[in-house]
Amino acid sequence: MTAVSQGVPAAHAAGTPAAPPAPPPHSPPSATAAPAPAHRVRGALAALGLVPFAAYVLAFLALPTALAVGSGFVDADGGLTAHNLSALADPVVLRTFGASLWLSALSAVVGALLGAAICYALLGLRPGHPARSVVEAASSVLAQFGGVMLAFAFIATIGLQGLVTLWLKDGLGIDIFAGGAWIYALPGLIAPYIYFQTPLMVITFLPALTGLQTQWYEAALTLGDTRAGFWRHVGLPVLAPSFLASLLLLFANAFSSFATAAALASQGAQIVPLQIRAALVSETVLGRQNLAGALALGMVVVMAAVMWLYSRAARRAARWRR
Amino acid sequence: MRRGLGPGPATRTAIALVVGAVFLVPIASMVEFTLRDGDGHSLVHWATLFDPAGAGKYAPIREGLVNSLVLAAVTVAIVLLLLAPTMVLVTLRLPHLRRPFELLALLPVSLPAIVLVVGLAPIYRVIGQTIGTGVWSLALAYGVTALPYAHRSIQAAIDAIGVRTLAEAARTLGSGWPTVLLRVLAPNLRGGLLTASLISVAVVLGEFTIASLLARQNLQTALFVVNRQDPYVAVILSLLALALVFVLLLAIGRAGARGSGARPEGS
Repeated sequence: MTAVSQGVPAAHAAGTPAAPPAPPPHSPPSATAAPAPAHRVRGALAALGLVPFAAYVLAFLALPTALAVGSGFVDADGGLTAHNLSALADPVVLRTFGASLWLSALSAVVGALLGAAICYALLGLRPGHPARSVVEAASSVLAQFGGVMLAFAFIATIGLQGLVTLWLKDGLGIDIFAGGAWIYALPGLIAPYIYFQTPLMVITFLPALTGLQTQWYEAALTLGDTRAGFWRHVGLPVLAPSFLASLLLLFANAFSSFATAAALASQGAQIVPLQIRAALVSETVLGRQNLAGALALGMVVVMAAVMWLYSRAARRAARWRR
Repeated sequence: MRRGLGPGPATRTAIALVVGAVFLVPIASMVEFTLRDGDGHSLVHWATLFDPAGAGKYAPIREGLVNSLVLAAVTVAIVLLLLAPTMVLVTLRLPHLRRPFELLALLPVSLPAIVLVVGLAPIYRVIGQTIGTGVWSLALAYGVTALPYAHRSIQAAIDAIGVRTLAEAARTLGSGWPTVLLRVLAPNLRGGLLTASLISVAVVLGEFTIASLLARQNLQTALFVVNRQDPYVAVILSLLALALVFVLLLAIGRAGARGSGARPEGS
């Protein structure tokens, strides 16, 4: 596979033989041009093929991002200002960012540990094993179907009339809502977040864990190491960068999540995405649209830092992959 | 052969039981909730699903589902007709752009949907004024959110077959580019294209943020609305959607595992 791939010179070399012998009847018109400029013409034609996709990405990825971040620097009359950015220092906004970071970190760590345990349990099964297929499919669904449905599930489980709530109250005499209806506030988001973080961990971490070479284990045993010793000296150090990369991805996932909180939280804006919505939909206060821009800029800065760390961890993790 | 590295049966069973309980209890709670009937349990709420008298109440769901299916179809079209050919082009003719392209495709993962919405709002105002407010136009935004997942599936398929060798062989034998793409490469990539399409469908069916904030109706926003009138129906339909996508992905996973049985694992 690797023998066929990569490299600009290879691409040119691969293209050359087609020109001197009689060109095939269906070849594009550019192939009939003189050999030397032909490369340039065909290269330009190939690049031209990128135009539709480039235009699409420009219009629906680059432009919205630029507009979102840019609107943080514009005031209500369209003039340039850094005033909105001062909103990022507002105590309420700071507290919301703190809550978002804290919720993301907690759910990422718990989800990563739970997910890693599931991957470890799957390690003994070969790739086509039915149990493994079920776990993989369930992980894809649950990681993707967060949001509104997840909120329903947790209201049915630990809501005021939820199955577990009633069971604890009637069966064991424990009222989990004695201290107030916390399920609709920030603490209520923890369990649902862990619920969608864990499957994502399974999806992202399983390839790294199954990539662990059995030969390394056998070599360690041959050299007189124990099973625990193998994990301490070889397994965990090799997996550490992959684990860290997955953990950071989970953090980013939780930090950008909106739907679960929107469907669960009854009022208030406990996390940054909800605060952006509040700023977006409130039309009574002038210039709030630009506050949304400033908040979006804050999120982008956090995400950029996380993704930078992620790419570093991922690069270290790739060292052990073949 | 991997048995040496994996946990023993006791550890494995313990993990499976704990994790299974944690993840099945909320699902079981949803099922129990839909069966509630006063102080007892019955199928009465499931029956209302097929009751024509209640049809008006579920109109938002029907509309949302139809919208979501239209959006899924257009998103899949974007993936198959725009993303996949571009990836093949990059692989064949512009291999030095492979890494940058991969980074670009991963970018939406690091861009919160809510941030995207802030910038999409003015764009969709312009779209609304020029080409109308048809629901399909939202799929242009969904194509971006599905991009990382679709890219990963298609790239895996491209890496698994010798795209360049196949294309050169077909060209040498006199095929034009349309034939190469449609009759040589597409059939060989169909596993990856199918996975990419299904994951895109899952992304679209589960999407709430963008539709909700741009005030469009899709399955998730409709569930959100109907939940206020009749939470039982909302939960029943959530369960059905969950089950449907799970079965689809399971079928794909099984087919994929059978197909890759001969290949070395972990690569």
